Amino acid sequence: MAAKTLKINGTMISAREGESILEAARDSGVAIPTLCHLDGLSDVGACRLCIVDVGGRIRPACTTAVAEGMDIQTNTERLRTYRRQIVELLFAERGHVCAVCVASGHCELQDLAVSLGMDHVRYDYLAPTCTVDISHQRFGIDHNRCVLCTRCVRACDEVEGVHTWDVSGRGTSARIISDLNQPWGEAESCTSCGKCLLACPTGALFQRGSTVAEMEHASGRIALIVESRRVMR
Amino acid sequence: MSDDTPKIKLATVWLGGCSGCHMSLLDLDEWLIDLAAHVDLVYSPIADIKVFPEGVDLALVEGAIASDEHMEIIHTVRRNSTLLVSLGDCAVTGNVTALRNPLGAAGLTLQQIYVDHGDPRGIIPAEPGIVPVLLDRVVPVHAAVAVDYFLPGCPPPAPRIRAMLEALLAGKTPVAEGAKMLRFG
Repeated sequence: MAAKTLKINGTMISAREGESILEAARDSGVAIPTLCHLDGLSDVGACRLCIVDVGGRIRPACTTAVAEGMDIQTNTERLRTYRRQIVELLFAERGHVCAVCVASGHCELQDLAVSLGMDHVRYDYLAPTCTVDISHQRFGIDHNRCVLCTRCVRACDEVEGVHTWDVSGRGTSARIISDLNQPWGEAESCTSCGKCLLACPTGALFQRGSTVAEMEHASGRIALIVESRRVMR
Repeated sequence: MSDDTPKIKLATVWLGGCSGCHMSLLDLDEWLIDLAAHVDLVYSPIADIKVFPEGVDLALVEGAIASDEHMEIIHTVRRNSTLLVSLGDCAVTGNVTALRNPLGAAGLTLQQIYVDHGDPRGIIPAEPGIVPVLLDRVVPVHAAVAVDYFLPGCPPPAPRIRAMLEALLAGKTPVAEGAKMLRFG
């Protein structure tokens, strides 16, 4: 495979052809914030937190392949401003009330707010009506906490091979749905494997019976399953 | 900060919150004695003072804006204070106090809470001039007036409050970084 030579934050690096900017950056020790990316799953560029500056143009690092001679900046003032804005808009869009969330203390959204220095949200909170579905025997989904990263959709489809989850609606009315938009407990395709819970970055998907700060997702196990499967073949 | 520095006028205000932020303030323990050497507490739920005074240097505000009374007080606080700090998640985000917002306007919310789901079925409390009237929408403090600094946390841990007070007393801009100093929840 051909190697590509490019610059990240002024340092020359070489990357494999076909690799994403995100992978190349991580291989060379440069951290880029992400939310919808999860190791082991395909990338969709949904959250835009991994945006980088490629020769003056803004690109998502997870879905942009490296190319010869690229000049990439990963942490400019402009990028930091946009990233903070994105996280503020996520908080404004639904009921992300950390104080009463099952995932508080183990939440990627909460952690992003800290790392981006978000001490308040400058936008009006939409306070939409969101349902909580606890029709499944063991698990629940709280749409107030969902950021539509689709990590659950991809974990279910690509790793479990079932595709119980999908997205319906558009914009702020988009919701994660199970099977044909029926209660999770009635979704016949669901194998109750719990991979969607592993993948979820927030408190949206949870083990029933968890209370505040009790839900830990262990999202790293998705990559472990994918890697073990690859090695076994 | 030397001991002959003039004392600053400190006010603490309790709006739509559970008083947990004030509990956290009291959790500063013996440091409160050091603090007392540098501030005059001119208004607070823990001091028996009825009217928010003029010429306040620093006001710490706990709680969201949930009623007409809160809205009136917060404007007085802003008008009479040099620095205003949103203390805790309710003041900063609306937090638990704002959980009622998806239920709809004030009348609809009260109907659902006191009547539809009341057990036994109750009546909606209404005593004009005595019971404050709920706003249709709970908002964070900065949606009502300008806020100088934000101190998140539910409640903000005592060391976080101390760090901000120490910076402000020393005339510095408080800088909150990292999970210990900044996290919501």
